[in-house]
Amino acid sequence: MPMTMTQKILADHAGLDSVAPGDLIEAKLDYVLGNDVTTPPAIKVFEKLGVKDVFDKDRVLMIQDHFTPNKDIKSAELNKTMRCFAREHQITHYYELGRKEMGIEHVILPDNGIVLPGDLVIGADSHTCTYGALGSFSTGVGSTDLACAMARGVTWFKVPDAIKINLTGHLNKFVTGKDLILYIIGKIGVDGALYKSLEFAGEGIKSLSMDGRLTVCNMAIECGAKNGIFPVDEITLQYISKTNPERFSAKDFKVYTADEDAEYSQVIDIDLADVPLTVALPHLPSNTRNASDCTDMKIDQVVIGSCTNGRLEDIATAVDIFKGHKVNENVRCIVIPGSQKVYRQALDNGWLQILDDAGCVISTPTCGPCLGGHMGVLAKGERCVSTTNRNFVGRMGDVESEVILSGVPVAASSAILGRVGTPDEL
Amino acid sequence: MKVSGNVFKFGDNIDTDVIIPARYLTSADPDHLRQHCMEDIDKSFKDRVKPGDIIVAGKNFGCGSSREHAPVAIKASGVSLVIASDFARIFYRNSINVGLPILECPEACGKISEGDVIEADFDTGVITDKTTGESFQANAFPEFIKKIMASGGLVGYTESELKD
Repeated sequence: MPMTMTQKILADHAGLDSVAPGDLIEAKLDYVLGNDVTTPPAIKVFEKLGVKDVFDKDRVLMIQDHFTPNKDIKSAELNKTMRCFAREHQITHYYELGRKEMGIEHVILPDNGIVLPGDLVIGADSHTCTYGALGSFSTGVGSTDLACAMARGVTWFKVPDAIKINLTGHLNKFVTGKDLILYIIGKIGVDGALYKSLEFAGEGIKSLSMDGRLTVCNMAIECGAKNGIFPVDEITLQYISKTNPERFSAKDFKVYTADEDAEYSQVIDIDLADVPLTVALPHLPSNTRNASDCTDMKIDQVVIGSCTNGRLEDIATAVDIFKGHKVNENVRCIVIPGSQKVYRQALDNGWLQILDDAGCVISTPTCGPCLGGHMGVLAKGERCVSTTNRNFVGRMGDVESEVILSGVPVAASSAILGRVGTPDEL
Repeated sequence: MKVSGNVFKFGDNIDTDVIIPARYLTSADPDHLRQHCMEDIDKSFKDRVKPGDIIVAGKNFGCGSSREHAPVAIKASGVSLVIASDFARIFYRNSINVGLPILECPEACGKISEGDVIEADFDTGVITDKTTGESFQANAFPEFIKKIMASGGLVGYTESELKD
Protein backbone atom coordinates (compact mmCIF):
# COMPACT_ATOMS: atom_id res chain seq x y z
CA MET A 1 0.00 0.00 0.00
CA PRO A 2 1.42 3.42 -0.94
CA MET A 3 2.42 5.62 1.99
CA THR A 4 3.09 9.27 2.81
CA MET A 5 6.42 10.35 4.32
CA THR A 6 4.92 10.39 7.80
CA GLN A 7 3.43 6.93 7.39
CA LYS A 8 6.77 5.53 6.21
CA ILE A 9 8.65 6.94 9.19
CA LEU A 10 6.03 5.58 11.59
CA ALA A 11 5.99 2.15 9.92
CA ASP A 12 9.77 1.88 10.04
CA HIS A 13 9.95 2.83 13.71
CA ALA A 14 7.20 0.33 14.52
CA GLY A 15 9.04 -2.45 12.66
CA LEU A 16 6.23 -2.77 10.12
CA ASP A 17 6.38 -2.98 6.33
CA SER A 18 3.44 -0.69 5.95
CA VAL A 19 0.79 1.18 7.91
CA ALA A 20 -2.54 2.75 6.97
CA PRO A 21 -4.39 5.76 8.39
CA GLY A 22 -6.16 4.81 11.61
CA ASP A 23 -3.75 1.98 12.50
CA LEU A 24 -2.65 1.99 16.12
CA ILE A 25 1.04 1.28 16.42
CA GLU A 26 3.74 1.27 19.07
CA ALA A 27 6.88 2.94 17.72
CA LYS A 28 10.48 3.33 18.83
CA LEU A 29 11.50 6.90 19.60
CA ASP A 30 14.77 8.53 18.60
CA TYR A 31 14.38 11.50 20.94
CA VAL A 32 12.08 12.42 23.81
CA LEU A 33 12.09 15.95 25.18
CA GLY A 34 10.52 18.16 27.80
CA ASN A 35 10.92 21.67 29.14
CA ASP A 36 10.90 23.36 32.55
CA VAL A 37 7.06 23.46 32.64
CA THR A 38 6.27 19.96 31.36
CA THR A 39 9.24 17.92 32.64
CA PRO A 40 8.69 18.33 36.41
CA PRO A 41 5.20 16.71 36.30
CA ALA A 42 6.71 13.99 34.06
CA ILE A 43 9.46 13.36 36.62
CA LYS A 44 6.73 12.84 39.24
CA VAL A 45 5.05 10.22 37.03
CA PHE A 46 8.44 8.67 36.18
CA GLU A 47 9.18 8.24 39.87
CA LYS A 48 5.73 6.75 40.44
CA LEU A 49 6.52 4.16 37.77
CA GLY A 50 9.42 3.06 39.95
CA VAL A 51 11.84 3.01 37.01
CA LYS A 52 15.49 3.47 37.91
CA ASP A 53 16.90 4.95 34.71
CA VAL A 54 15.75 6.68 31.57
CA PHE A 55 15.87 4.46 28.49
CA ASP A 56 18.83 6.36 27.05
CA LYS A 57 20.48 9.38 28.63
CA ASP A 58 21.57 10.67 25.19
CA ARG A 59 18.01 10.52 23.85
CA VAL A 60 16.04 12.09 26.69
CA LEU A 61 16.41 15.87 26.44
CA MET A 62 15.57 18.40 29.13
CA ILE A 63 15.53 22.00 27.99
CA GLN A 64 14.95 24.99 30.24
CA ASP A 65 13.31 27.78 28.26
CA HIS A 66 9.77 28.70 29.33
CA PHE A 67 10.22 30.59 32.59
CA THR A 68 14.00 30.94 32.46
CA PRO A 69 16.04 32.73 33.71
CA ASN A 70 13.58 31.90 36.48
CA LYS A 71 10.94 34.55 36.92
CA ASP A 72 9.92 33.72 40.48
CA ILE A 73 10.46 31.23 43.30
CA LYS A 74 7.94 28.70 42.01
CA SER A 75 9.48 28.57 38.54
CA ALA A 76 12.93 28.28 40.15
CA GLU A 77 11.68 25.27 42.11
CA LEU A 78 10.32 23.69 38.91
CA ASN A 79 13.62 24.20 37.17
CA LYS A 80 15.53 22.85 40.16
CA THR A 81 13.49 19.64 39.98
CA MET A 82 14.49 19.22 36.33
CA ARG A 83 18.14 20.20 36.93
CA CYS A 84 18.54 17.73 39.82
CA PHE A 85 16.98 14.92 37.78
CA ALA A 86 19.15 15.76 34.77
CA ARG A 87 22.31 15.68 36.88
CA GLU A 88 21.34 12.50 38.72
CA HIS A 89 20.55 10.69 35.47
CA GLN A 90 23.47 12.30 33.60
CA ILE A 91 21.20 13.62 30.87
CA THR A 92 23.52 14.62 28.02
CA HIS A 93 21.29 17.31 26.54
CA TYR A 94 20.59 19.49 29.55
CA TYR A 95 22.15 22.90 29.19
CA GLU A 96 22.69 25.66 31.71
CA LEU A 97 21.82 29.26 30.86
CA GLY A 98 24.52 31.08 28.95
CA ARG A 99 26.21 27.91 27.63
CA LYS A 100 26.80 27.83 23.89
CA GLU A 101 24.32 24.96 23.37
CA MET A 102 21.41 26.50 25.30
CA GLY A 103 18.28 28.14 24.00
CA ILE A 104 14.64 27.55 23.11
CA GLU A 105 14.06 23.81 22.58
CA HIS A 106 12.80 23.98 19.00
CA VAL A 107 15.57 26.34 17.96
CA ILE A 108 18.44 24.30 19.39
CA LEU A 109 17.42 20.74 18.52
CA PRO A 110 17.77 21.29 14.77
CA ASP A 111 20.55 23.88 15.05
CA ASN A 112 22.73 21.79 17.39
CA GLY A 113 22.51 18.89 14.95
CA ILE A 114 20.59 16.65 17.33
CA VAL A 115 17.54 15.93 15.14
CA LEU A 116 18.29 14.66 11.63
CA PRO A 117 16.13 13.47 8.71
CA GLY A 118 14.11 10.33 9.40
CA ASP A 119 14.10 10.70 13.18
CA LEU A 120 10.98 10.10 15.23
CA VAL A 121 10.68 12.61 18.06
CA ILE A 122 8.07 13.36 20.70
CA GLY A 123 8.19 16.29 23.08
CA ALA A 124 6.06 17.58 25.89
CA ASP A 125 5.58 20.83 24.05
CA SER A 126 3.03 21.37 21.31
CA HIS A 127 5.56 23.01 18.99
CA THR A 128 7.66 19.86 18.84
CA CYS A 129 6.21 19.51 15.32
CA THR A 130 8.95 21.97 14.22
CA TYR A 131 11.46 19.24 13.23
CA GLY A 132 9.35 18.02 10.34
CA ALA A 133 11.24 20.70 8.40
CA LEU A 134 14.21 18.29 8.39
CA GLY A 135 12.18 15.40 7.01
CA SER A 136 11.62 13.84 10.42
CA PHE A 137 8.39 13.00 12.23
CA SER A 138 7.89 14.96 15.42
CA THR A 139 4.86 15.76 17.49
CA GLY A 140 3.78 17.16 20.84
CA VAL A 141 2.50 15.13 23.79
CA GLY A 142 1.73 15.74 27.47
CA SER A 143 3.75 15.04 30.60
CA THR A 144 2.41 11.53 31.24
CA ASP A 145 3.28 10.44 27.70
CA LEU A 146 6.70 12.03 28.21
CA ALA A 147 7.28 10.12 31.46
CA CYS A 148 6.35 6.75 29.98
CA ALA A 149 8.47 7.47 26.91
CA MET A 150 11.42 8.45 29.14
CA ALA A 151 11.10 5.03 30.74
CA ARG A 152 10.57 2.82 27.69
CA GLY A 153 11.70 4.77 24.62
CA VAL A 154 8.48 3.89 22.84
CA THR A 155 4.99 5.32 22.58
CA TRP A 156 1.77 4.56 20.74
CA PHE A 157 0.46 6.50 17.76
CA LYS A 158 -2.61 6.52 15.64
CA VAL A 159 -1.35 6.67 12.03
CA PRO A 160 -2.60 9.96 10.55
CA ASP A 161 -4.20 10.82 7.25
CA ALA A 162 -2.43 13.57 5.36
CA ILE A 163 -3.15 16.86 3.64
CA LYS A 164 -0.75 17.59 0.80
CA ILE A 165 0.29 21.21 0.44
CA ASN A 166 1.59 21.56 -3.08
CA LEU A 167 3.79 24.63 -3.42
CA THR A 168 4.72 26.32 -6.68
CA GLY A 169 6.45 29.60 -7.55
CA HIS A 170 8.44 31.90 -5.30
CA LEU A 171 7.67 34.05 -2.27
CA ASN A 172 7.66 37.78 -2.91
CA LYS A 173 10.18 40.11 -1.30
CA PHE A 174 9.79 40.29 2.51
CA VAL A 175 7.26 37.44 2.49
CA THR A 176 8.48 34.60 4.73
CA GLY A 177 7.63 31.08 5.85
CA LYS A 178 5.62 32.68 8.65
CA ASP A 179 3.34 34.41 6.16
CA LEU A 180 2.92 31.11 4.31
CA ILE A 181 1.86 29.15 7.40
CA LEU A 182 -0.47 31.94 8.59
CA TYR A 183 -1.96 32.00 5.07
CA ILE A 184 -2.53 28.22 5.23
CA ILE A 185 -4.08 28.39 8.73
CA GLY A 186 -6.29 31.24 7.52
CA LYS A 187 -7.46 29.05 4.63
CA ILE A 188 -8.18 25.83 6.53
CA GLY A 189 -8.90 27.11 10.06
CA VAL A 190 -7.47 26.23 13.47
CA ASP A 191 -8.91 22.71 13.20
CA GLY A 192 -8.44 22.31 9.44
CA ALA A 193 -5.81 19.59 9.79
CA LEU A 194 -7.03 18.04 13.04
CA TYR A 195 -5.33 14.67 13.69
CA LYS A 196 -3.65 14.87 10.25
CA SER A 197 -0.19 15.41 8.77
CA LEU A 198 0.58 18.45 6.69
CA GLU A 199 2.90 17.16 3.97
CA PHE A 200 4.63 19.84 1.90
CA ALA A 201 5.60 19.11 -1.69
CA GLY A 202 6.19 20.76 -5.05
CA GLU A 203 8.99 22.73 -6.65
CA GLY A 204 8.06 25.78 -4.57
CA ILE A 205 9.74 24.31 -1.50
CA LYS A 206 13.09 25.15 -3.09
CA SER A 207 12.47 28.81 -2.43
CA LEU A 208 12.01 28.18 1.30
CA SER A 209 15.15 28.35 3.46
CA MET A 210 15.62 25.86 6.26
CA ASP A 211 14.80 28.53 8.87
CA GLY A 212 11.64 29.30 6.89
CA ARG A 213 10.64 25.63 6.78
CA LEU A 214 11.22 25.30 10.53
CA THR A 215 8.81 28.21 11.05
CA VAL A 216 6.21 26.60 8.77
CA CYS A 217 6.34 23.22 10.53
CA ASN A 218 6.45 24.90 13.96
CA MET A 219 2.94 26.25 13.43
CA ALA A 220 1.42 23.07 11.93
CA ILE A 221 -0.14 22.53 15.37
CA GLU A 222 -2.04 25.82 15.00
CA CYS A 223 -4.31 24.22 12.41
CA GLY A 224 -4.61 21.12 14.57
CA ALA A 225 -2.08 19.03 12.63
CA LYS A 226 -0.27 16.13 14.25
CA ASN A 227 2.87 17.06 12.34
CA GLY A 228 4.13 19.04 9.39
CA ILE A 229 6.81 17.58 7.15
CA PHE A 230 9.04 18.65 4.25
CA PRO A 231 10.82 16.34 1.83
CA VAL A 232 14.60 16.20 2.20
CA ASP A 233 16.37 18.14 -0.55
CA GLU A 234 19.66 19.90 -1.23
CA ILE A 235 18.79 22.65 1.24
CA THR A 236 18.19 20.09 4.01
CA LEU A 237 21.41 18.25 3.23
CA GLN A 238 23.42 21.44 3.19
CA TYR A 239 21.90 22.43 6.53
CA ILE A 240 22.69 19.15 8.29
CA SER A 241 26.19 19.06 6.80
CA LYS A 242 26.81 22.13 8.97
CA THR A 243 24.82 21.19 12.07
CA ASN A 244 26.17 17.64 12.33
CA PRO A 245 29.13 17.13 9.94
CA GLU A 246 30.06 13.77 11.50
CA ARG A 247 26.71 12.08 11.05
CA PHE A 248 26.30 13.78 7.68
CA SER A 249 29.60 12.37 6.36
CA ALA A 250 28.79 8.95 7.79
CA LYS A 251 25.33 9.17 6.13
CA ASP A 252 23.94 8.36 9.57
CA PHE A 253 20.41 9.56 8.86
CA LYS A 254 17.56 8.30 6.73
CA VAL A 255 15.76 10.04 3.90
CA TYR A 256 12.14 9.04 3.43
CA THR A 257 10.10 10.02 0.38
CA ALA A 258 6.36 9.84 -0.08
CA ASP A 259 5.18 7.29 -2.64
CA GLU A 260 4.03 8.93 -5.88
CA ASP A 261 0.61 7.34 -5.48
CA ALA A 262 0.27 8.02 -1.73
CA GLU A 263 -3.27 8.96 -0.76
CA TYR A 264 -4.13 12.35 0.70
CA SER A 265 -7.45 13.36 2.21
CA GLN A 266 -7.02 16.79 0.62
CA VAL A 267 -4.59 18.51 -1.73
CA ILE A 268 -4.10 22.25 -1.45
CA ASP A 269 -2.24 24.05 -4.25
CA ILE A 270 -0.51 27.26 -3.34
CA ASP A 271 1.39 29.56 -5.67
CA LEU A 272 3.89 31.17 -3.30
CA ALA A 273 3.66 34.42 -5.26
CA ASP A 274 0.03 34.70 -4.05
CA VAL A 275 1.01 34.72 -0.37
CA PRO A 276 0.77 38.28 0.98
CA LEU A 277 2.46 39.77 4.04
CA THR A 278 0.01 38.29 6.51
CA VAL A 279 -1.08 39.02 10.07
CA ALA A 280 -3.40 37.05 12.35
CA LEU A 281 -5.61 39.37 14.36
CA PRO A 282 -6.89 38.49 17.87
CA HIS A 283 -7.83 35.93 19.06
CA LEU A 284 -7.12 33.02 16.70
CA PRO A 285 -4.16 32.25 14.42
CA SER A 286 -6.74 31.65 11.65
CA ASN A 287 -8.07 35.21 11.85
CA THR A 288 -5.75 36.32 9.07
CA ARG A 289 -5.65 39.54 7.05
CA ASN A 290 -3.29 41.19 4.60
CA ALA A 291 -0.94 43.23 6.76
CA SER A 292 -1.46 46.18 4.41
CA ASP A 293 -5.18 46.21 5.31
CA CYS A 294 -4.48 46.70 9.02
CA THR A 295 -2.31 49.80 9.01
CA ASP A 296 -4.75 51.70 11.21
CA MET A 297 -4.06 49.42 14.17
CA LYS A 298 -1.84 51.19 16.72
CA ILE A 299 0.45 49.09 18.88
CA ASP A 300 2.25 49.25 22.23
CA GLN A 301 4.78 46.44 21.91
CA VAL A 302 6.60 44.25 19.40
CA VAL A 303 8.16 40.88 20.19
CA ILE A 304 10.64 39.32 17.75
CA GLY A 305 11.71 35.85 18.78
CA SER A 306 10.29 32.51 20.04
CA CYS A 307 10.53 28.94 18.75
CA THR A 308 8.66 30.21 15.69
CA ASN A 309 10.87 33.13 14.67
CA GLY A 310 13.97 33.33 16.86
CA ARG A 311 16.46 31.86 14.38
CA LEU A 312 19.48 33.51 12.80
CA GLU A 313 17.67 34.39 9.60
CA ASP A 314 14.90 36.05 11.65
CA ILE A 315 17.32 38.23 13.59
CA ALA A 316 19.18 39.06 10.36
CA THR A 317 15.89 40.13 8.76
CA ALA A 318 15.03 42.33 11.75
CA VAL A 319 18.48 43.94 11.64
CA ASP A 320 18.13 44.75 7.93
CA ILE A 321 14.87 46.54 8.61
CA PHE A 322 15.97 48.38 11.75
CA LYS A 323 19.21 49.65 10.15
CA GLY A 324 18.96 53.44 10.09
CA HIS A 325 15.54 53.48 11.79
CA LYS A 326 14.29 54.01 15.33
CA VAL A 327 11.61 52.16 17.24
CA ASN A 328 8.54 54.41 17.48
CA GLU A 329 8.42 56.45 20.69
CA ASN A 330 5.19 54.78 21.78
CA VAL A 331 6.45 51.24 21.26
CA ARG A 332 8.85 48.97 23.10
CA CYS A 333 10.46 46.33 20.89
CA ILE A 334 11.79 43.17 22.53
CA VAL A 335 14.16 41.06 20.45
CA ILE A 336 14.87 37.56 21.75
CA PRO A 337 17.49 35.52 19.90
CA GLY A 338 16.28 31.92 20.11
CA SER A 339 19.52 30.41 21.30
CA GLN A 340 22.88 31.38 22.75
CA LYS A 341 24.41 30.49 19.39
CA VAL A 342 22.07 32.89 17.56
CA TYR A 343 22.77 35.52 20.23
CA ARG A 344 26.52 35.09 19.84
CA GLN A 345 26.41 35.21 16.06
CA ALA A 346 24.31 38.35 16.24
CA LEU A 347 26.87 39.80 18.62
CA ASP A 348 29.85 38.82 16.42
CA ASN A 349 28.12 40.20 13.32
CA GLY A 350 27.56 43.55 15.00
CA TRP A 351 23.80 43.10 14.77
CA LEU A 352 23.08 43.66 18.45
CA GLN A 353 24.58 47.11 18.15
CA ILE A 354 22.25 47.95 15.26
CA LEU A 355 19.25 46.71 17.24
CA ASP A 356 20.39 48.65 20.30
CA ASP A 357 20.89 51.79 18.22
CA ALA A 358 17.34 51.42 16.94
CA GLY A 359 16.05 51.31 20.51
CA CYS A 360 15.24 47.61 20.80
CA VAL A 361 15.75 45.73 24.03
CA ILE A 362 17.66 42.46 23.61
CA SER A 363 16.87 39.52 25.84
CA THR A 364 18.61 36.28 26.67
CA PRO A 365 16.96 33.30 24.90
CA THR A 366 13.61 32.43 26.54
CA CYS A 367 10.01 31.63 25.57
CA GLY A 368 9.09 34.34 28.10
CA PRO A 369 6.47 36.70 26.65
CA CYS A 370 5.07 34.28 24.04
CA LEU A 371 3.05 32.53 26.72
CA GLY A 372 2.66 35.53 29.01
CA GLY A 373 5.36 34.18 31.29
CA HIS A 374 7.73 37.10 31.71
CA MET A 375 9.97 39.53 29.76
CA GLY A 376 7.13 41.42 28.08
CA VAL A 377 3.74 40.62 29.62
CA LEU A 378 0.93 42.92 28.39
CA ALA A 379 -1.32 45.17 30.48
CA LYS A 380 -5.07 45.55 30.00
CA GLY A 381 -5.87 47.17 26.66
CA GLU A 382 -2.34 46.84 25.26
CA ARG A 383 -1.69 45.52 21.77
CA CYS A 384 1.40 43.67 20.57
CA VAL A 385 2.61 42.62 17.14
CA SER A 386 4.48 39.42 17.76
CA THR A 387 6.40 36.86 15.71
CA THR A 388 5.23 34.16 18.14
CA ASN A 389 2.63 31.48 17.42
CA ARG A 390 -0.56 32.07 19.40
CA ASN A 391 -2.87 35.02 19.91
CA PHE A 392 -5.48 33.41 22.17
CA VAL A 393 -7.31 35.45 24.83
CA GLY A 394 -4.84 36.31 27.61
CA ARG A 395 -1.96 34.53 25.87
CA MET A 396 0.55 37.30 26.49
CA GLY A 397 -0.94 38.90 29.57
CA ASP A 398 -4.22 40.52 30.59
CA VAL A 399 -7.40 39.01 29.13
CA GLU A 400 -8.10 42.39 27.57
CA SER A 401 -4.72 42.63 25.85
CA GLU A 402 -4.29 41.75 22.17
CA VAL A 403 -1.68 39.84 20.18
CA ILE A 404 -1.31 40.20 16.41
CA LEU A 405 0.84 37.47 14.86
CA SER A 406 3.17 38.26 11.98
CA GLY A 407 6.49 37.45 10.39
CA VAL A 408 9.64 39.38 11.24
CA PRO A 409 9.46 41.98 8.41
CA VAL A 410 5.97 43.13 9.46
CA ALA A 411 6.87 43.03 13.17
CA ALA A 412 10.03 45.12 12.73
CA SER A 413 8.28 47.58 10.40
CA SER A 414 5.40 47.90 12.86
CA ALA A 415 7.84 48.66 15.69
CA ILE A 416 9.22 51.55 13.64
CA LEU A 417 5.82 52.83 12.47
CA GLY A 418 4.03 52.49 15.83
CA ARG A 419 1.20 50.63 14.10
CA VAL A 420 0.77 47.55 11.96
CA GLY A 421 2.84 48.21 8.86
CA THR A 422 4.95 46.73 6.10
CA PRO A 423 8.58 47.24 5.03
CA ASP A 424 7.62 49.09 1.85
CA GLU A 425 6.16 51.89 3.99
CA LEU A 426 9.56 52.68 5.50
CA MET B 1 -19.97 3.35 33.83
CA LYS B 2 -22.41 6.27 33.97
CA VAL B 3 -22.03 9.89 35.05
CA SER B 4 -24.58 12.65 35.39
CA GLY B 5 -24.42 16.35 36.16
CA ASN B 6 -25.24 19.95 35.28
CA VAL B 7 -23.99 21.32 32.00
CA PHE B 8 -21.50 24.16 31.59
CA LYS B 9 -21.65 25.16 27.93
CA PHE B 10 -18.71 26.62 25.98
CA GLY B 11 -18.15 27.45 22.31
CA ASP B 12 -15.64 26.39 19.63
CA ASN B 13 -11.83 26.37 19.94
CA ILE B 14 -11.63 26.52 23.73
CA ASP B 15 -7.84 26.68 24.02
CA THR B 16 -5.54 25.51 26.78
CA ASP B 17 -4.58 29.12 27.55
CA VAL B 18 -8.11 29.87 28.73
CA ILE B 19 -8.54 26.46 30.39
CA ILE B 20 -5.48 27.15 32.51
CA PRO B 21 -3.48 30.33 31.75
CA ALA B 22 0.30 29.87 31.50
CA ARG B 23 0.87 32.27 34.39
CA TYR B 24 -0.38 29.51 36.72
CA LEU B 25 1.87 26.79 35.33
CA THR B 26 4.51 27.39 37.96
CA SER B 27 2.83 24.58 39.88
CA ALA B 28 1.27 21.34 38.61
CA ASP B 29 -0.62 20.74 41.87
CA PRO B 30 -4.22 19.81 40.92
CA ASP B 31 -5.70 21.86 43.78
CA HIS B 32 -3.80 24.97 42.66
CA LEU B 33 -4.80 24.44 39.01
CA ARG B 34 -8.47 23.91 39.99
CA GLN B 35 -8.60 27.39 41.48
CA HIS B 36 -7.79 28.96 38.09
CA CYS B 37 -9.63 26.59 35.77
CA MET B 38 -11.40 28.45 32.90
CA GLU B 39 -10.49 31.74 34.59
CA ASP B 40 -9.80 33.71 31.41
CA ILE B 41 -13.12 32.76 29.82
CA ASP B 42 -15.42 32.45 32.85
CA LYS B 43 -14.11 33.86 36.12
CA SER B 44 -17.00 32.39 38.13
CA PHE B 45 -16.55 28.82 36.82
CA LYS B 46 -14.42 27.66 39.72
CA ASP B 47 -17.03 28.82 42.25
CA ARG B 48 -20.06 27.47 40.39
CA VAL B 49 -18.78 24.07 39.28
CA LYS B 50 -19.82 21.12 41.44
CA PRO B 51 -18.52 17.54 41.54
CA GLY B 52 -20.02 15.56 38.68
CA ASP B 53 -20.77 18.56 36.44
CA ILE B 54 -20.26 18.16 32.72
CA ILE B 55 -18.64 20.50 30.18
CA VAL B 56 -20.25 20.60 26.73
CA ALA B 57 -18.37 22.54 24.06
CA GLY B 58 -18.02 22.90 20.30
CA LYS B 59 -15.23 22.14 17.86
CA ASN B 60 -11.52 21.66 18.59
CA PHE B 61 -11.75 21.69 22.41
CA GLY B 62 -8.34 21.96 24.09
CA CYS B 63 -6.44 23.40 21.13
CA GLY B 64 -3.08 25.04 21.73
CA SER B 65 -0.42 23.99 24.16
CA SER B 66 0.53 20.45 25.19
CA ARG B 67 0.10 21.32 28.86
CA GLU B 68 -1.36 18.36 30.69
CA HIS B 69 -2.22 20.89 33.36
CA ALA B 70 -5.38 21.63 31.30
CA PRO B 71 -7.18 18.26 31.66
CA VAL B 72 -5.79 18.00 35.20
CA ALA B 73 -7.36 21.38 36.08
CA ILE B 74 -10.73 20.30 34.65
CA LYS B 75 -10.62 16.93 36.40
CA ALA B 76 -9.58 18.54 39.70
CA SER B 77 -12.60 20.87 39.40
CA GLY B 78 -14.79 17.79 39.79
CA VAL B 79 -15.93 17.71 36.16
CA SER B 80 -16.97 14.13 35.35
CA LEU B 81 -17.00 14.40 31.55
CA VAL B 82 -16.22 16.74 28.68
CA ILE B 83 -18.35 16.39 25.56
CA ALA B 84 -17.23 18.25 22.43
CA SER B 85 -17.81 18.06 18.68
CA ASP B 86 -14.14 17.11 18.51
CA PHE B 87 -10.94 17.62 20.51
CA ALA B 88 -7.47 18.88 19.67
CA ARG B 89 -5.29 15.79 19.49
CA ILE B 90 -2.82 16.48 22.32
CA PHE B 91 -5.66 17.37 24.69
CA TYR B 92 -7.49 14.18 23.67
CA ARG B 93 -4.42 12.10 24.44
CA ASN B 94 -3.67 13.92 27.68
CA SER B 95 -7.25 13.47 28.91
CA ILE B 96 -7.06 9.73 28.46
CA ASN B 97 -3.64 9.63 30.09
CA VAL B 98 -4.79 11.50 33.20
CA GLY B 99 -8.19 9.83 33.34
CA LEU B 100 -10.50 12.70 32.35
CA PRO B 101 -13.46 11.13 30.47
CA ILE B 102 -14.23 12.71 27.10
CA LEU B 103 -16.78 12.02 24.37
CA GLU B 104 -17.08 13.35 20.83
CA CYS B 105 -20.66 14.05 19.74
CA PRO B 106 -21.39 17.04 17.45
CA GLU B 107 -25.17 16.50 17.65
CA ALA B 108 -25.24 16.60 21.46
CA CYS B 109 -23.07 19.72 21.43
CA GLY B 110 -25.54 21.49 19.16
CA LYS B 111 -28.64 20.62 21.18
CA ILE B 112 -27.64 20.53 24.84
CA SER B 113 -28.01 23.86 26.67
CA GLU B 114 -26.25 25.48 29.62
CA GLY B 115 -27.78 24.28 32.88
CA ASP B 116 -29.36 21.11 31.46
CA VAL B 117 -28.93 17.95 33.50
CA ILE B 118 -27.45 15.19 31.38
CA GLU B 119 -26.38 11.59 31.83
CA ALA B 120 -23.75 9.70 29.84
CA ASP B 121 -22.90 6.03 29.63
CA PHE B 122 -19.24 5.43 28.71
CA ASP B 123 -19.81 1.82 27.71
CA THR B 124 -22.52 2.54 25.16
CA GLY B 125 -21.70 6.16 24.33
CA VAL B 126 -25.33 7.17 24.92
CA ILE B 127 -25.82 10.73 26.19
CA THR B 128 -29.27 11.61 27.61
CA ASP B 129 -30.42 15.17 28.21
CA LYS B 130 -32.73 14.69 31.20
CA THR B 131 -33.97 18.27 30.95
CA THR B 132 -35.25 17.91 27.38
CA GLY B 133 -35.56 14.12 27.20
CA GLU B 134 -33.42 13.92 24.06
CA SER B 135 -30.80 11.21 23.57
CA PHE B 136 -27.63 11.25 21.49
CA GLN B 137 -25.18 8.57 20.39
CA ALA B 138 -21.48 9.35 20.82
CA ASN B 139 -18.74 6.98 19.77
CA ALA B 140 -17.92 4.81 22.77
CA PHE B 141 -14.25 4.60 23.77
CA PRO B 142 -12.27 2.39 21.41
CA GLU B 143 -10.92 -0.83 22.92
CA PHE B 144 -7.32 0.28 23.36
CA ILE B 145 -8.40 3.36 25.28
CA LYS B 146 -10.63 1.22 27.48
CA LYS B 147 -7.53 -0.84 28.19
CA ILE B 148 -5.54 2.22 29.24
CA MET B 149 -8.51 3.38 31.32
CA ALA B 150 -8.82 -0.08 32.90
CA SER B 151 -5.18 0.16 33.96
CA GLY B 152 -5.96 3.47 35.67
CA GLY B 153 -4.46 5.62 32.92
CA LEU B 154 -1.20 5.45 31.01
CA VAL B 155 0.89 5.11 34.17
CA GLY B 156 -0.81 1.86 35.17
CA TYR B 157 -0.62 0.61 31.58
CA THR B 158 3.11 1.35 31.33
CA GLU B 159 3.75 -0.27 34.72
CA SER B 160 2.15 -3.47 33.50
CA GLU B 161 4.14 -3.31 30.22
CA LEU B 162 7.39 -2.82 32.13
CA LYS B 163 6.68 -5.95 34.18
CA ASP B 164 6.49 -8.04 30.99
